[in-house]
Amino acid sequence: MNPLPIPTNPGAPFMARLLRHEWVSAKLRHATHHRTIGFGYLLLSLVAVIIGALLSLIMRTHLAWPNWQLPLHGPILPEEYLALVTMHGTLMLFFVLTVAPQSGFGNLILPAQLGTRHMAFPRINAAGLYLTAFALVTLLAAFFVPGGAPIGGWTAYPPLSATPLAGPGQGFGMDLWLASIALFSIATTLNAINMLTTITNLRCEGLTWERLPLTVWGWFTAALLSILAFSVLLAAILLLFCDRHLHSGFFFPAQDLISGTLLQHRGDGSPLLWLHLFWFFGHPEVYIAILPGMGLTSMVIANFSRRRVFAYRLMIATTLLIGFLGILVWGHHMFVAGLNPFAGTAFSISTIAIALPAAAKVFSWLATTWGSRPRLATPMLFALGFVSLFITGGLTGPILAQPILDEYLHNTFFVVAHFHLIMAMAGVFGLFCATYYWAPLLFHRTLSEPLGKLHFWTTLLGAYSTFLPMHFTGLAAEPRHYSQLTGIAGPSAALLQSTLPLQRHITASAIFLVCAQLPFFLNLLLAWRRPANKDTNPWDATTMEWAPNAFNPHPIDQPSIVYRGPSHYADTGTEFLPQWSPVNTFNTEAE
Amino acid sequence: MPSTITPPEIDRHRISDGNNGHRPPTDKRTGGNGEGDGDNWNNRPRGHRGPHERISQARIGLFFALGGDLMFFVALISVFFVTKASGHFDAYDHFINQWLPTAIPSILWLNTIALLLSSVTAEIARRAMFRDVDAMDEWFGLGRPVSYRAALWLSATLALGILFLAGQWVAWDQLAAQHVFFRSNPSSHFFYLITITHAVHLFLGIVALIVALAALKFSRSLATRQVFVDTTVWYWHVMGALWIFLFLLLEFGQ
Amino acid sequence: MQASPIHGFWNLPTNAAAHGHALDTHLLLNLWIALALLALAHLILLIGIAIRKRTPRPYQQLFIEYLPLAALTLLFAFLALRAQQLWAAQRYTGADLSAMQVEVTGQQFVWYFRYPGADAAFGRTRLSLVDPANANPLGIDPSDTYGRDDIVTSQLVLPANREVDLTLRAQDVIHGFAIPGMRIKQNAIPGQTTHIHFTPETPGDYAILCTQVCGMGHYRMLATLRVLPLADFNTWLHAQESTRSEPQP
Repeated sequence: MNPLPIPTNPGAPFMARLLRHEWVSAKLRHATHHRTIGFGYLLLSLVAVIIGALLSLIMRTHLAWPNWQLPLHGPILPEEYLALVTMHGTLMLFFVLTVAPQSGFGNLILPAQLGTRHMAFPRINAAGLYLTAFALVTLLAAFFVPGGAPIGGWTAYPPLSATPLAGPGQGFGMDLWLASIALFSIATTLNAINMLTTITNLRCEGLTWERLPLTVWGWFTAALLSILAFSVLLAAILLLFCDRHLHSGFFFPAQDLISGTLLQHRGDGSPLLWLHLFWFFGHPEVYIAILPGMGLTSMVIANFSRRRVFAYRLMIATTLLIGFLGILVWGHHMFVAGLNPFAGTAFSISTIAIALPAAAKVFSWLATTWGSRPRLATPMLFALGFVSLFITGGLTGPILAQPILDEYLHNTFFVVAHFHLIMAMAGVFGLFCATYYWAPLLFHRTLSEPLGKLHFWTTLLGAYSTFLPMHFTGLAAEPRHYSQLTGIAGPSAALLQSTLPLQRHITASAIFLVCAQLPFFLNLLLAWRRPANKDTNPWDATTMEWAPNAFNPHPIDQPSIVYRGPSHYADTGTEFLPQWSPVNTFNTEAE
Repeated sequence: MPSTITPPEIDRHRISDGNNGHRPPTDKRTGGNGEGDGDNWNNRPRGHRGPHERISQARIGLFFALGGDLMFFVALISVFFVTKASGHFDAYDHFINQWLPTAIPSILWLNTIALLLSSVTAEIARRAMFRDVDAMDEWFGLGRPVSYRAALWLSATLALGILFLAGQWVAWDQLAAQHVFFRSNPSSHFFYLITITHAVHLFLGIVALIVALAALKFSRSLATRQVFVDTTVWYWHVMGALWIFLFLLLEFGQ
Repeated sequence: MQASPIHGFWNLPTNAAAHGHALDTHLLLNLWIALALLALAHLILLIGIAIRKRTPRPYQQLFIEYLPLAALTLLFAFLALRAQQLWAAQRYTGADLSAMQVEVTGQQFVWYFRYPGADAAFGRTRLSLVDPANANPLGIDPSDTYGRDDIVTSQLVLPANREVDLTLRAQDVIHGFAIPGMRIKQNAIPGQTTHIHFTPETPGDYAILCTQVCGMGHYRMLATLRVLPLADFNTWLHAQESTRSEPQP
């Protein structure tokens, strides 16, 4: 620590002198460095994913064995079960699947892939991280306030979410939830602005839009969706806040009788209004979660197959198209929620249309690997796992997009299986792929291959064993959000209880799936103890983040220049040309 | 100190990328920004090479931020129209629509004029930042005419902005005197919601104006000052245009 | 009277509604197609990894990308078209005018069913009159003569082979009204009435579930649909009407 500020300009105000102080500026530079921020985001999502996974294990165990006592707590009450569901969904969707791929890996890798050394707005970037951290703390605080965490699910449908009368957790807990998500919306918007500006303005010389790696396209599209969607969510939260505390009735009918209290509001609000606003945000949100993973999968598959990405331009187009269509399909969450049946038809068609760009992506992945005999290293395995889960989860999408079938399947475990496979599991496989693939850049060490492979196979088995059977309990009509399936009489009970054997299997698989993550953490710990890797490009990758000195913390005089698009592999598969290589050593068949 | 203000195109150290790839737009106009490295732009990281690169970055960032912000208001206004149109059937099968248009206090017309004027003064300040003659004077060491002129007009903007906010406050006060509060009616919900959210945005604009004024006073780099003033003024313009739209909506759309 | 809850490879509960046959056929068609595509895609993925073909090849984007895409487009268009036909048949028009009218009201955490009685008209309800303790859980207005003969039950009893028009209401929060055996599901929204119609075919007892999370008792918000042959239904209805008139002040 330097004792004195540098007396550059004695007339400058105190703040300016303080900022120029060497120690302060070094700290600031570190705190606003995109790498620090990226790791900060990853750390936040790691905390969130561990808590979220533990919450789901408690839920699953309670569902399969209702009399099970949680150690140090006792039996799980129905409202506690719903609080677990709500918090699990909120943590996973916002703080894991939005934060980790977009804000976390985006900050860590994006500048290097663009051949630049920093993000456009480092201080705004840091503000986003701290806001996200604050939002996470606010959310978790909801567990410890009177009434506990909210019970309305992550979709927070009013009037259940609009008044404390509706149930425990809908009081202060719900307020904290709203505050947390509002903060999160602002933080994500800040991050998205930063990424969009960085991609638009800071691409290095020669890096045209067409030569951008598909990961960058994924981040770009997801960031565009973020600024469109999260603003609408923020507006919806503001309106719900007014309903809760300022006696407005945007989401309340003129009269509403809750818990024996008659609530009267001027005007005729409608709960459906919230559904529209929420799902206008909510559906793009799932694409925000998955698009970066799709981009990474494309690049990793090309890398390990040592092929060009099949139909590169089409992949860019489908990324943008999926983003665009993603804004137009929110009504498919509302087929049986009181939506006009004609609107149901329209939303059904726009939703099924998404299957086509998504299928085009799958064809490209299959075509890129076909006959390439790829090197099946752990990152490649996770990318292939992503493809598998994406196909499995994706194929049930068009089924749910047909309103007549959704009428039977809506809010059953079939839906739970669908979105856990395509969003949660595929998203998490994308994250693992990113961690194993970029480990040499992030930790300066490659992770252990045997442990990585063990991790992959057990995780894949656990994922399928957990979520495939859910299709069947869903087809047997088991609804979501039921805290107990036993102890009730009548035909409903027979229906619910018939799913119990499968439920027990799912619970056991879920426990297995969580335990399967131990090799991953062990791998990280072991890598930490290993000496640093000298090889800067162990995968023979072609994108700019693997360029020598791409991660050199000191600014270098040599500006980065890009000479070609990514994944330029020779047809024989032995040679390759990275984006930064000025010399052309071989010729390839034109695409 | 740079010898020229707007030198002809510098041939930047550039290697052909061999594949006629279109380069991203780069700015070759350089201007002195007092960073004193002999204007060797090539040795600087991208984004710090010329004043225009920083300014375009700030503008693009602002553009995306305002795009998101616009969606916020689009959502509010959608709800406005939905709520205005909704009603219910009462026990006697009469259709009841409880929307009573809120009488807009006429002071809002004056506020609108103040805001329009403030945009004019802001634009004059913005243009003053880019006057080559003034910039040259500064490099010759003849005071800081750029800052002086812009600060004058920005202060006028600040005064008009504060006047607008004060006028909004008077409007809320007048409505409260007529017992029209946020909770009174669906239309009053929206009157307050729209005017208050806009006022919050304008308050942020005033903070930005103060920051820009401070930058004009204290920053030595002309480029930094240009970025602050330019971004603030564009934000101010958009908030002004948004207000015109919101005001017309409240005045005639109810 | 209890049918076996689920059956078949896909675990579907027995269908007992007239529109359910076409729905089931379409659902099973979809599921088998999805399963086939799933198997096909994984087969291509695994074979593609296993074999090795490293000859320089021209990219045949047409055959690899656009032809399969066109085939998928046709397939999905066909499925979507069929689904829309079924959807239109069920939803685009209301129930037949001769359909039986029943009102369903959801409140935390119970379903109430109201039959219009002999006058075939529902009485007015007011939320301010709701009083479950005095046998008026729906707030039927005593000053409205139409309401005098309304029958309120906690079990939905319907005659077989007659179309029924359900009017869905909710008093407090959004509830999801679902009868898996009848292949229907529709949310009940406070401040709004929604209609859904279907024709039960097979007599028996069926589960009624709440499918939209509505609070801590959501999992208990269950009821039973009992479908009776017409004669039995009339007997039941008369019994209800005679008990209905007694407690009325």
